[in-house]
Amino acid sequence: MKKTKLSAPRYRLMKSRIFFYLVCTFSLLTMIPLFLIIGELIRKGYKQFNFDLFTKVAPTSMEAMLARISGDAIPGGILNGLAGTLLILAVAIVLAIPLGIATGVYLAEKKEKPLARLVRNLSDLLQGIPSIVIGVIVYIWVVKPMAGYSALAGSTALAIMMLPMVIRSTEESLKMLPDSLKEAGLALGGSYSAVVLRILLPSSFSGLFTGALLAISRVMGETAPLLVTVLGAATVNWDITQPTTAVSLLIWEFYNDPNLASLIWSSSLLLLLIVLCINLLAKSIAKKWKIQ
Amino acid sequence: MENTINTGYILELKEVSVSYTPGKYAVDKVNARIAPNTVTAIMGPSGCGKSTLLHAINRLHELYPGISTTGEILLKGENIFRMNPMKVRRLAGMVFQRPNPFPTMSISGNVLAGYKLNNISLNKKEKGLIVERSLRSVNLWDEVKDVLNKKGTFLSGGQQQRLCIARALALKPELLLMDEPTSALDPISTSRIEDLILELKKEYTIIIVTHNMSQAARISDNAMFMYLGKLVEYGTTRQMFTKPENKRTEDYLTGSFG
Repeated sequence: MKKTKLSAPRYRLMKSRIFFYLVCTFSLLTMIPLFLIIGELIRKGYKQFNFDLFTKVAPTSMEAMLARISGDAIPGGILNGLAGTLLILAVAIVLAIPLGIATGVYLAEKKEKPLARLVRNLSDLLQGIPSIVIGVIVYIWVVKPMAGYSALAGSTALAIMMLPMVIRSTEESLKMLPDSLKEAGLALGGSYSAVVLRILLPSSFSGLFTGALLAISRVMGETAPLLVTVLGAATVNWDITQPTTAVSLLIWEFYNDPNLASLIWSSSLLLLLIVLCINLLAKSIAKKWKIQ
Repeated sequence: MENTINTGYILELKEVSVSYTPGKYAVDKVNARIAPNTVTAIMGPSGCGKSTLLHAINRLHELYPGISTTGEILLKGENIFRMNPMKVRRLAGMVFQRPNPFPTMSISGNVLAGYKLNNISLNKKEKGLIVERSLRSVNLWDEVKDVLNKKGTFLSGGQQQRLCIARALALKPELLLMDEPTSALDPISTSRIEDLILELKKEYTIIIVTHNMSQAARISDNAMFMYLGKLVEYGTTRQMFTKPENKRTEDYLTGSFG
Protein backbone atom coordinates (compact mmCIF):
# COMPACT_ATOMS: atom_id res chain seq x y z
CA MET A 1 0.00 0.00 0.00
CA LYS A 2 2.72 2.37 1.07
CA LYS A 3 4.84 1.40 -1.89
CA THR A 4 2.20 2.25 -4.46
CA LYS A 5 1.65 5.61 -2.86
CA LEU A 6 5.32 6.41 -3.20
CA SER A 7 5.77 5.10 -6.71
CA ALA A 8 2.67 6.63 -8.18
CA PRO A 9 4.01 10.21 -8.39
CA ARG A 10 7.30 8.97 -9.74
CA TYR A 11 5.52 6.99 -12.41
CA ARG A 12 3.42 10.00 -13.33
CA LEU A 13 6.46 12.22 -13.46
CA MET A 14 8.16 9.75 -15.75
CA LYS A 15 5.12 9.59 -17.98
CA SER A 16 4.98 13.36 -18.28
CA ARG A 17 8.70 13.48 -19.02
CA ILE A 18 8.40 10.84 -21.75
CA PHE A 19 5.48 12.76 -23.21
CA PHE A 20 7.51 15.96 -23.18
CA TYR A 21 10.44 14.39 -25.00
CA LEU A 22 8.10 12.79 -27.50
CA VAL A 23 6.53 16.16 -28.31
CA CYS A 24 9.98 17.74 -28.64
CA THR A 25 11.19 14.97 -30.93
CA PHE A 26 8.20 15.24 -33.21
CA SER A 27 8.42 18.99 -33.47
CA LEU A 28 12.09 18.68 -34.35
CA LEU A 29 11.16 16.07 -36.94
CA THR A 30 8.85 18.53 -38.67
CA MET A 31 11.76 20.94 -38.96
CA ILE A 32 13.94 18.39 -40.77
CA PRO A 33 12.37 18.79 -44.25
CA LEU A 34 12.79 22.57 -44.05
CA PHE A 35 16.48 22.31 -43.17
CA LEU A 36 17.05 19.61 -45.77
CA ILE A 37 15.47 21.81 -48.43
CA ILE A 38 17.48 24.86 -47.44
CA GLY A 39 20.67 22.76 -47.23
CA GLU A 40 20.10 21.19 -50.63
CA LEU A 41 19.35 24.55 -52.24
CA ILE A 42 22.49 26.10 -50.78
CA ARG A 43 24.65 23.10 -51.72
CA LYS A 44 23.48 23.05 -55.31
CA GLY A 45 22.74 26.70 -55.81
CA TYR A 46 25.64 28.60 -54.26
CA LYS A 47 27.77 28.30 -57.43
CA GLN A 48 25.21 30.16 -59.49
CA PHE A 49 24.19 32.49 -56.66
CA ASN A 50 26.11 35.51 -57.85
CA PHE A 51 25.68 39.10 -58.85
CA ASP A 52 24.56 38.11 -62.36
CA LEU A 53 21.52 36.44 -60.87
CA PHE A 54 20.12 39.91 -60.09
CA THR A 55 21.42 41.84 -63.06
CA LYS A 56 21.09 39.61 -66.12
CA VAL A 57 18.13 38.04 -67.82
CA ALA A 58 17.79 34.28 -68.16
CA PRO A 59 20.16 32.75 -70.73
CA THR A 60 18.94 30.92 -73.78
CA SER A 61 19.33 27.19 -73.98
CA MET A 62 22.12 27.63 -76.51
CA GLU A 63 24.18 29.99 -74.33
CA ALA A 64 23.80 27.64 -71.42
CA MET A 65 24.81 24.65 -73.51
CA LEU A 66 27.98 26.36 -74.72
CA ALA A 67 28.91 27.27 -71.17
CA ARG A 68 28.27 23.74 -70.02
CA ILE A 69 30.47 22.26 -72.73
CA SER A 70 33.34 24.57 -71.88
CA GLY A 71 32.82 23.87 -68.18
CA ASP A 72 32.04 27.49 -67.22
CA ALA A 73 29.29 28.65 -64.91
CA ILE A 74 26.08 29.25 -66.80
CA PRO A 75 25.87 32.91 -67.81
CA GLY A 76 22.89 35.13 -67.06
CA GLY A 77 20.48 35.42 -64.16
CA ILE A 78 16.80 35.85 -63.50
CA LEU A 79 16.39 39.62 -63.75
CA ASN A 80 13.41 39.22 -66.08
CA GLY A 81 11.79 36.89 -63.51
CA LEU A 82 12.44 39.24 -60.59
CA ALA A 83 11.06 42.20 -62.51
CA GLY A 84 8.01 40.19 -63.57
CA THR A 85 7.33 38.92 -60.05
CA LEU A 86 7.60 42.48 -58.76
CA LEU A 87 5.23 43.82 -61.44
CA ILE A 88 2.68 41.03 -61.07
CA LEU A 89 2.71 41.26 -57.27
CA ALA A 90 2.47 45.06 -57.26
CA VAL A 91 -0.64 45.02 -59.42
CA ALA A 92 -2.08 42.09 -57.44
CA ILE A 93 -1.60 44.09 -54.24
CA VAL A 94 -3.38 47.10 -55.71
CA LEU A 95 -6.26 44.86 -56.77
CA ALA A 96 -6.58 42.66 -53.69
CA ILE A 97 -5.73 44.75 -50.67
CA PRO A 98 -8.31 47.57 -50.84
CA LEU A 99 -11.04 45.10 -51.79
CA GLY A 100 -9.96 42.63 -49.10
CA ILE A 101 -9.77 45.29 -46.41
CA ALA A 102 -13.18 46.70 -47.34
CA THR A 103 -14.71 43.24 -47.19
CA GLY A 104 -12.94 42.54 -43.90
CA VAL A 105 -14.34 45.76 -42.41
CA TYR A 106 -17.84 44.75 -43.50
CA LEU A 107 -17.49 41.28 -41.99
CA ALA A 108 -16.14 42.64 -38.72
CA GLU A 109 -18.87 45.27 -38.43
CA LYS A 110 -21.89 43.22 -39.51
CA LYS A 111 -20.85 39.92 -37.98
CA GLU A 112 -24.24 38.24 -37.92
CA LYS A 113 -25.96 39.62 -41.01
CA PRO A 114 -26.91 36.82 -43.43
CA LEU A 115 -24.93 38.50 -46.20
CA ALA A 116 -21.86 38.71 -43.97
CA ARG A 117 -22.10 35.01 -43.16
CA LEU A 118 -22.45 34.19 -46.83
CA VAL A 119 -19.44 36.32 -47.76
CA ARG A 120 -17.38 34.79 -44.95
CA ASN A 121 -18.18 31.25 -46.06
CA LEU A 122 -17.58 32.02 -49.71
CA SER A 123 -14.25 33.60 -48.89
CA ASP A 124 -13.27 30.43 -47.02
CA LEU A 125 -14.33 28.41 -50.05
CA LEU A 126 -12.29 30.63 -52.33
CA GLN A 127 -9.23 29.77 -50.29
CA GLY A 128 -9.80 26.11 -51.10
CA ILE A 129 -10.01 26.50 -54.87
CA PRO A 130 -6.95 24.96 -56.56
CA SER A 131 -4.69 27.63 -57.97
CA ILE A 132 -4.67 26.12 -61.45
CA VAL A 133 -8.46 26.38 -61.55
CA ILE A 134 -8.21 30.07 -60.70
CA GLY A 135 -5.58 30.39 -63.43
CA VAL A 136 -7.80 28.78 -66.05
CA ILE A 137 -10.79 30.91 -65.05
CA VAL A 138 -8.69 34.06 -65.31
CA TYR A 139 -7.52 32.84 -68.70
CA ILE A 140 -11.16 32.91 -69.80
CA TRP A 141 -11.93 36.21 -68.05
CA VAL A 142 -8.85 38.23 -68.91
CA VAL A 143 -6.50 36.55 -71.37
CA LYS A 144 -9.18 35.75 -73.97
CA PRO A 145 -10.94 39.15 -74.00
CA MET A 146 -7.56 40.93 -74.12
CA ALA A 147 -6.47 38.57 -76.89
CA GLY A 148 -3.17 37.84 -75.26
CA TYR A 149 -1.29 36.77 -72.17
CA SER A 150 -0.41 39.61 -69.84
CA ALA A 151 1.00 40.50 -66.45
CA LEU A 152 -2.43 41.90 -65.60
CA ALA A 153 -4.00 38.46 -66.05
CA GLY A 154 -1.40 36.97 -63.71
CA SER A 155 -2.03 39.73 -61.18
CA THR A 156 -5.77 39.06 -61.32
CA ALA A 157 -5.20 35.37 -60.58
CA LEU A 158 -2.86 36.11 -57.68
CA ALA A 159 -5.19 38.83 -56.36
CA ILE A 160 -8.05 36.32 -56.23
CA MET A 161 -5.80 33.99 -54.27
CA MET A 162 -4.77 36.75 -51.88
CA LEU A 163 -8.29 37.99 -51.20
CA PRO A 164 -9.42 35.38 -48.65
CA MET A 165 -6.26 35.88 -46.61
CA VAL A 166 -6.54 39.66 -46.60
CA ILE A 167 -10.26 39.49 -45.74
CA ARG A 168 -9.71 37.12 -42.85
CA SER A 169 -6.75 38.96 -41.36
CA THR A 170 -8.60 42.28 -41.59
CA GLU A 171 -11.70 40.84 -39.97
CA GLU A 172 -9.74 39.16 -37.19
CA SER A 173 -7.60 42.16 -36.35
CA LEU A 174 -10.61 44.51 -36.30
CA LYS A 175 -12.52 42.11 -34.07
CA MET A 176 -9.69 42.24 -31.55
CA LEU A 177 -10.22 45.97 -30.99
CA PRO A 178 -12.42 46.81 -28.00
CA ASP A 179 -15.88 48.21 -28.79
CA SER A 180 -15.04 51.16 -26.59
CA LEU A 181 -12.75 52.58 -29.29
CA LYS A 182 -15.59 52.76 -31.78
CA GLU A 183 -17.95 54.16 -29.16
CA ALA A 184 -15.42 56.78 -28.14
CA GLY A 185 -14.99 57.85 -31.76
CA LEU A 186 -18.70 58.10 -32.40
CA ALA A 187 -19.28 59.83 -29.06
CA LEU A 188 -17.00 62.62 -30.30
CA GLY A 189 -19.40 63.19 -33.15
CA GLY A 190 -17.36 61.36 -35.74
CA SER A 191 -19.17 59.93 -38.72
CA TYR A 192 -19.08 56.18 -39.15
CA SER A 193 -16.64 56.38 -42.05
CA ALA A 194 -14.34 58.73 -40.16
CA VAL A 195 -14.30 56.39 -37.17
CA VAL A 196 -13.49 53.38 -39.36
CA LEU A 197 -10.85 55.15 -41.42
CA ARG A 198 -9.21 57.27 -38.75
CA ILE A 199 -9.48 55.12 -35.65
CA LEU A 200 -10.32 51.48 -36.28
CA LEU A 201 -8.13 50.77 -39.30
CA PRO A 202 -5.06 52.63 -37.98
CA SER A 203 -5.45 50.87 -34.63
CA SER A 204 -5.36 47.47 -36.30
CA PHE A 205 -2.66 48.47 -38.78
CA SER A 206 -0.09 45.94 -37.61
CA GLY A 207 -2.60 43.13 -38.08
CA LEU A 208 -3.58 44.38 -41.53
CA PHE A 209 0.02 44.80 -42.61
CA THR A 210 1.05 41.38 -41.33
CA GLY A 211 -1.90 39.77 -43.08
CA ALA A 212 -1.05 41.50 -46.34
CA LEU A 213 2.61 40.45 -46.12
CA LEU A 214 1.71 36.85 -45.42
CA ALA A 215 -0.71 36.85 -48.34
CA ILE A 216 2.04 38.23 -50.58
CA SER A 217 4.57 35.64 -49.49
CA ARG A 218 1.95 32.94 -49.97
CA VAL A 219 1.28 33.79 -53.63
CA MET A 220 4.82 34.79 -54.48
CA GLY A 221 5.90 31.31 -55.44
CA GLU A 222 2.69 30.40 -57.25
CA THR A 223 3.43 28.86 -60.64
CA ALA A 224 0.35 27.08 -61.91
CA PRO A 225 -1.94 30.12 -62.27
CA LEU A 226 0.87 32.10 -63.93
CA LEU A 227 1.55 29.37 -66.49
CA VAL A 228 -1.83 29.96 -68.08
CA THR A 229 -1.98 33.74 -67.64
CA VAL A 230 1.37 35.48 -68.14
CA LEU A 231 3.03 32.98 -70.53
CA GLY A 232 6.64 34.01 -69.94
CA ALA A 233 9.10 36.48 -71.43
CA ALA A 234 12.77 36.44 -72.29
CA THR A 235 13.31 40.10 -71.49
CA VAL A 236 12.44 42.50 -68.71
CA ASN A 237 8.90 43.76 -69.15
CA TRP A 238 7.19 46.58 -67.24
CA ASP A 239 4.01 46.72 -69.34
CA ILE A 240 1.06 45.10 -67.62
CA THR A 241 -0.64 44.32 -70.92
CA GLN A 242 2.30 42.29 -72.21
CA PRO A 243 3.37 38.71 -71.50
CA THR A 244 5.72 38.59 -68.55
CA THR A 245 7.65 36.03 -66.64
CA ALA A 246 8.15 35.43 -62.94
CA VAL A 247 10.77 33.75 -60.80
CA SER A 248 8.57 30.73 -60.26
CA LEU A 249 7.86 30.48 -63.99
CA LEU A 250 11.57 30.63 -64.80
CA ILE A 251 12.19 27.78 -62.38
CA TRP A 252 9.58 25.80 -64.28
CA GLU A 253 11.32 26.64 -67.56
CA PHE A 254 14.75 25.72 -66.18
CA TYR A 255 13.30 22.43 -65.04
CA ASN A 256 12.14 21.69 -68.58
CA ASP A 257 15.51 22.39 -70.15
CA PRO A 258 18.44 20.12 -69.20
CA ASN A 259 20.90 22.84 -70.23
CA LEU A 260 19.44 25.33 -67.77
CA ALA A 261 18.80 22.87 -64.96
CA SER A 262 21.57 24.16 -62.71
CA LEU A 263 19.88 27.57 -62.54
CA ILE A 264 16.91 25.96 -60.77
CA TRP A 265 18.79 25.87 -57.49
CA SER A 266 20.06 29.39 -57.33
CA SER A 267 16.70 30.87 -58.33
CA SER A 268 14.83 28.60 -55.92
CA LEU A 269 17.22 29.65 -53.18
CA LEU A 270 16.59 33.30 -53.94
CA LEU A 271 12.81 32.84 -54.01
CA LEU A 272 12.92 30.98 -50.72
CA LEU A 273 15.08 33.68 -49.14
CA ILE A 274 12.69 36.42 -50.25
CA VAL A 275 9.70 34.54 -48.89
CA LEU A 276 11.51 33.88 -45.62
CA CYS A 277 12.44 37.54 -45.30
CA ILE A 278 8.85 38.65 -45.87
CA ASN A 279 7.66 36.18 -43.26
CA LEU A 280 10.21 37.33 -40.71
CA LEU A 281 9.35 40.95 -41.45
CA ALA A 282 5.65 40.19 -40.96
CA LYS A 283 6.38 38.52 -37.62
CA SER A 284 8.56 41.34 -36.35
CA ILE A 285 6.01 43.96 -37.41
CA ALA A 286 3.23 42.06 -35.68
CA LYS A 287 5.31 42.07 -32.51
CA LYS A 288 6.68 45.59 -32.69
CA TRP A 289 3.62 47.56 -33.69
CA LYS A 290 1.23 45.64 -31.57
CA ILE A 291 -1.09 47.94 -29.70
CA GLN A 292 -1.94 47.04 -26.15
CA MET B 1 -41.74 75.26 -32.88
CA GLU B 2 -42.61 74.50 -29.26
CA ASN B 3 -39.49 72.40 -29.01
CA THR B 4 -37.12 75.30 -29.22
CA ILE B 5 -38.54 77.27 -26.30
CA ASN B 6 -35.79 77.81 -23.79
CA THR B 7 -37.06 76.62 -20.45
CA GLY B 8 -33.91 77.28 -18.47
CA TYR B 9 -33.18 73.60 -18.27
CA ILE B 10 -30.34 72.26 -20.35
CA LEU B 11 -31.75 68.77 -20.60
CA GLU B 12 -35.30 67.50 -20.37
CA LEU B 13 -36.27 63.85 -20.46
CA LYS B 14 -39.91 63.19 -21.30
CA GLU B 15 -41.27 59.67 -21.00
CA VAL B 16 -37.96 58.24 -22.14
CA SER B 17 -38.03 54.46 -22.58
CA VAL B 18 -35.35 52.19 -23.97
CA SER B 19 -35.88 48.54 -24.83
CA TYR B 20 -33.33 45.97 -25.91
CA THR B 21 -36.00 43.41 -26.78
CA PRO B 22 -39.54 44.46 -27.70
CA GLY B 23 -41.77 44.76 -24.65
CA LYS B 24 -38.93 44.62 -22.13
CA TYR B 25 -37.86 48.04 -20.97
CA ALA B 26 -34.38 48.67 -19.63
CA VAL B 27 -35.41 52.27 -19.06
CA ASP B 28 -39.09 52.79 -18.40
CA LYS B 29 -40.79 56.16 -18.92
CA VAL B 30 -38.25 58.38 -17.24
CA ASN B 31 -39.10 62.06 -16.77
CA ALA B 32 -36.50 64.48 -15.50
CA ARG B 33 -35.19 68.00 -16.01
CA ILE B 34 -31.63 69.01 -15.47
CA ALA B 35 -30.48 72.57 -14.78
CA PRO B 36 -27.26 73.94 -16.24
CA ASN B 37 -23.99 73.92 -14.27
CA THR B 38 -25.05 71.14 -11.98
CA VAL B 39 -23.74 67.67 -11.32
CA THR B 40 -26.42 65.01 -11.42
CA ALA B 41 -25.61 61.54 -10.20
CA ILE B 42 -27.53 58.54 -11.45
CA MET B 43 -27.47 55.75 -8.88
CA GLY B 44 -28.97 52.34 -8.61
CA PRO B 45 -28.13 48.65 -8.45
CA SER B 46 -26.51 46.83 -11.38
CA GLY B 47 -28.78 46.43 -14.37
CA CYS B 48 -31.21 49.13 -13.31
CA GLY B 49 -30.76 51.07 -16.55
CA LYS B 50 -28.41 53.85 -15.43
CA SER B 51 -25.89 53.44 -18.21
CA THR B 52 -28.63 52.73 -20.72
CA LEU B 53 -30.29 56.04 -19.89
CA LEU B 54 -26.97 57.87 -20.16
CA HIS B 55 -26.22 56.33 -23.56
CA ALA B 56 -29.67 57.33 -24.77
CA ILE B 57 -28.80 60.98 -24.20
CA ASN B 58 -26.13 61.01 -26.88
CA ARG B 59 -27.83 58.45 -29.10
CA LEU B 60 -25.07 55.87 -28.83
CA HIS B 61 -27.71 53.13 -28.80
CA GLU B 62 -28.17 53.61 -32.49
CA LEU B 63 -24.93 51.71 -32.97
CA TYR B 64 -26.61 48.50 -31.99
CA PRO B 65 -29.53 47.12 -33.95
CA GLY B 66 -32.64 46.13 -32.05
CA ILE B 67 -32.47 48.81 -29.37
CA SER B 68 -35.37 51.20 -29.54
CA THR B 69 -35.66 54.49 -27.73
CA THR B 70 -38.97 56.29 -27.37
CA GLY B 71 -40.03 59.52 -25.71
CA GLU B 72 -38.44 62.92 -26.05
CA ILE B 73 -35.05 64.17 -25.00
CA LEU B 74 -34.65 67.92 -25.28
CA LEU B 75 -31.14 69.31 -25.29
CA LYS B 76 -31.35 73.09 -24.81
CA GLY B 77 -34.98 72.80 -25.86
CA GLU B 78 -34.28 70.93 -29.07
CA ASN B 79 -35.41 67.36 -29.55
CA ILE B 80 -32.26 65.31 -30.06
CA PHE B 81 -34.06 62.72 -32.15
CA ARG B 82 -34.68 65.39 -34.77
CA MET B 83 -31.07 66.52 -34.74
CA ASN B 84 -28.17 64.98 -36.63
CA PRO B 85 -26.78 62.31 -34.26
CA MET B 86 -23.26 63.58 -34.92
CA LYS B 87 -24.28 67.03 -33.68
CA VAL B 88 -25.95 65.55 -30.60
CA ARG B 89 -22.76 63.69 -29.76
CA ARG B 90 -20.66 66.81 -30.17
CA LEU B 91 -22.94 68.67 -27.77
CA ALA B 92 -23.08 65.85 -25.26
CA GLY B 93 -19.54 64.61 -24.66
CA MET B 94 -19.04 61.21 -23.15
CA VAL B 95 -16.49 59.70 -20.78
CA PHE B 96 -16.47 55.94 -20.48
CA GLN B 97 -15.97 53.46 -17.68
CA ARG B 98 -12.48 52.49 -18.75
CA PRO B 99 -10.05 55.06 -20.09
CA ASN B 100 -9.99 54.57 -23.86
CA PRO B 101 -7.52 56.94 -25.51
CA PHE B 102 -7.02 56.21 -29.20
CA PRO B 103 -3.96 53.95 -29.25
CA THR B 104 -2.49 55.25 -32.50
CA MET B 105 -2.70 58.90 -31.54
CA SER B 106 -0.38 61.04 -29.48
CA ILE B 107 -1.56 62.92 -26.41
CA SER B 108 -2.26 66.07 -28.41
CA GLY B 109 -3.71 63.94 -31.21
CA ASN B 110 -6.17 62.46 -28.75
CA VAL B 111 -7.26 65.89 -27.56
CA LEU B 112 -7.80 67.00 -31.14
CA ALA B 113 -9.43 63.72 -32.21
CA GLY B 114 -12.91 65.21 -32.14
CA TYR B 115 -11.91 67.91 -34.63
CA LYS B 116 -10.18 65.37 -36.85
CA LEU B 117 -13.18 63.05 -36.82
CA ASN B 118 -15.48 65.93 -37.69
CA ASN B 119 -13.20 67.09 -40.52
CA ILE B 120 -12.69 70.47 -38.91
CA SER B 121 -9.32 71.76 -40.04
CA LEU B 122 -7.32 73.87 -37.61
CA ASN B 123 -4.09 75.74 -38.03
CA LYS B 124 -1.12 75.06 -35.83
CA LYS B 125 -1.84 77.91 -33.47
CA GLU B 126 -5.47 76.92 -32.94
CA LYS B 127 -4.40 73.35 -32.32
CA GLY B 128 -1.89 74.43 -29.72
CA LEU B 129 -4.46 76.59 -27.96
CA ILE B 130 -7.11 73.87 -27.89
CA VAL B 131 -4.66 71.27 -26.62
CA GLU B 132 -3.38 73.53 -23.88
CA ARG B 133 -6.80 74.80 -22.83
CA SER B 134 -8.30 71.29 -22.73
CA LEU B 135 -5.40 69.70 -20.89
CA ARG B 136 -5.29 72.59 -18.41
CA SER B 137 -8.98 72.21 -17.70
CA VAL B 138 -8.39 68.62 -16.61
CA ASN B 139 -5.20 69.54 -14.69
CA LEU B 140 -3.09 67.35 -16.95
CA TRP B 141 -1.13 70.09 -18.74
CA ASP B 142 1.75 70.33 -16.27
CA GLU B 143 2.21 66.56 -16.26
CA VAL B 144 2.27 66.06 -20.02
CA LYS B 145 3.30 69.38 -21.60
CA ASP B 146 6.75 68.01 -22.49
CA VAL B 147 5.51 64.72 -23.91
CA LEU B 148 2.59 65.88 -26.04
CA ASN B 149 3.81 63.79 -28.96
CA LYS B 150 4.00 60.58 -26.99
CA LYS B 151 1.24 58.03 -27.36
CA GLY B 152 -1.70 58.58 -25.02
CA THR B 153 -1.56 54.96 -23.94
CA PHE B 154 1.79 55.55 -22.18
CA LEU B 155 0.05 57.52 -19.43
CA SER B 156 -1.16 56.00 -16.18
CA GLY B 157 -4.81 54.94 -15.91
CA GLY B 158 -5.83 58.08 -14.03
CA GLN B 159 -4.00 60.32 -16.49
CA GLN B 160 -5.55 58.45 -19.40
CA GLN B 161 -9.01 59.05 -17.98
CA ARG B 162 -8.27 62.77 -17.59
CA LEU B 163 -7.00 62.76 -21.17
CA CYS B 164 -10.31 61.23 -22.23
CA ILE B 165 -12.17 63.97 -20.36
CA ALA B 166 -9.97 66.56 -22.11
CA ARG B 167 -10.78 64.92 -25.43
CA ALA B 168 -14.50 65.31 -24.72
CA LEU B 169 -14.08 68.90 -23.48
CA ALA B 170 -12.00 69.96 -26.49
CA LEU B 171 -15.19 70.14 -28.54
CA LYS B 172 -16.77 72.51 -25.98
CA PRO B 173 -19.83 70.37 -25.31
CA GLU B 174 -22.90 71.61 -23.45
CA LEU B 175 -23.17 68.46 -21.46
CA LEU B 176 -20.65 65.97 -20.13
CA LEU B 177 -21.92 62.43 -19.68
CA MET B 178 -19.79 60.23 -17.47
CA ASP B 179 -20.35 56.51 -17.21
CA GLU B 180 -18.73 55.37 -13.95
CA PRO B 181 -15.57 57.26 -14.89
CA THR B 182 -13.64 56.21 -11.79
CA SER B 183 -14.61 52.56 -11.50
CA ALA B 184 -11.35 51.40 -13.10
CA LEU B 185 -9.13 53.81 -11.16
CA ASP B 186 -7.22 53.76 -7.89
CA PRO B 187 -8.38 55.95 -4.96
CA ILE B 188 -5.91 58.79 -5.61
CA SER B 189 -6.81 59.06 -9.29
CA THR B 190 -10.45 58.83 -8.29
CA SER B 191 -10.21 61.76 -5.91
CA ARG B 192 -8.44 63.84 -8.58
CA ILE B 193 -11.25 63.14 -11.02
CA GLU B 194 -13.82 64.02 -8.38
CA ASP B 195 -12.09 67.34 -7.67
CA LEU B 196 -12.01 67.92 -11.40
CA ILE B 197 -15.74 67.30 -11.74
CA LEU B 198 -16.42 69.96 -9.10
CA GLU B 199 -14.24 72.43 -11.04
CA LEU B 200 -15.77 71.59 -14.39
CA LYS B 201 -19.23 72.27 -13.01
CA LYS B 202 -18.53 75.97 -13.39
CA GLU B 203 -18.51 75.64 -17.16
CA TYR B 204 -20.31 72.44 -17.96
CA THR B 205 -23.33 70.44 -16.93
CA ILE B 206 -22.39 66.98 -15.80
CA ILE B 207 -24.38 63.79 -15.53
CA ILE B 208 -22.50 60.98 -13.88
CA VAL B 209 -23.49 57.36 -13.47
CA THR B 210 -21.98 55.93 -10.35
CA HIS B 211 -22.06 52.78 -8.29
CA ASN B 212 -20.36 54.53 -5.48
CA MET B 213 -22.86 56.21 -3.17
CA SER B 214 -20.31 58.17 -1.21
CA GLN B 215 -19.00 59.52 -4.51
CA ALA B 216 -22.49 60.67 -5.41
CA ALA B 217 -22.79 62.29 -2.00
CA ARG B 218 -19.44 64.05 -2.39
CA ILE B 219 -19.82 65.52 -5.83
CA SER B 220 -23.42 65.73 -6.95
CA ASP B 221 -25.99 68.48 -6.52
CA ASN B 222 -28.89 66.34 -7.60
CA ALA B 223 -29.34 62.62 -7.62
CA MET B 224 -31.53 60.14 -9.43
CA PHE B 225 -32.24 56.74 -8.01
CA MET B 226 -33.20 54.13 -10.56
CA TYR B 227 -34.52 50.66 -9.97
CA LEU B 228 -35.61 48.11 -12.60
CA GLY B 229 -35.61 50.74 -15.30
CA LYS B 230 -37.81 53.18 -13.44
CA LEU B 231 -36.75 56.49 -12.01
CA VAL B 232 -37.76 55.92 -8.41
CA GLU B 233 -36.64 59.20 -6.95
CA TYR B 234 -35.08 62.38 -8.24
CA GLY B 235 -34.17 65.32 -6.06
CA THR B 236 -31.33 67.15 -4.44
CA THR B 237 -28.56 64.91 -3.23
CA ARG B 238 -28.79 66.34 0.27
CA GLN B 239 -32.46 65.51 0.54
CA MET B 240 -32.03 62.04 -0.91
CA PHE B 241 -29.29 61.13 1.50
CA THR B 242 -30.99 62.62 4.56
CA LYS B 243 -34.71 62.22 4.00
CA PRO B 244 -35.39 59.94 1.03
CA GLU B 245 -39.03 59.99 0.03
CA ASN B 246 -39.17 56.48 -1.28
CA LYS B 247 -38.69 53.39 0.82
CA ARG B 248 -36.65 51.67 -1.89
CA THR B 249 -34.22 54.57 -2.10
CA GLU B 250 -33.75 54.44 1.64
CA ASP B 251 -33.17 50.70 1.54
CA TYR B 252 -30.60 51.08 -1.20
CA LEU B 253 -28.80 53.93 0.48
CA THR B 254 -28.65 52.13 3.81
CA GLY B 255 -27.34 49.02 2.11
CA SER B 256 -30.39 46.80 2.60
CA PHE B 257 -30.23 45.78 -1.05
CA GLY B 258 -28.35 46.47 -4.23
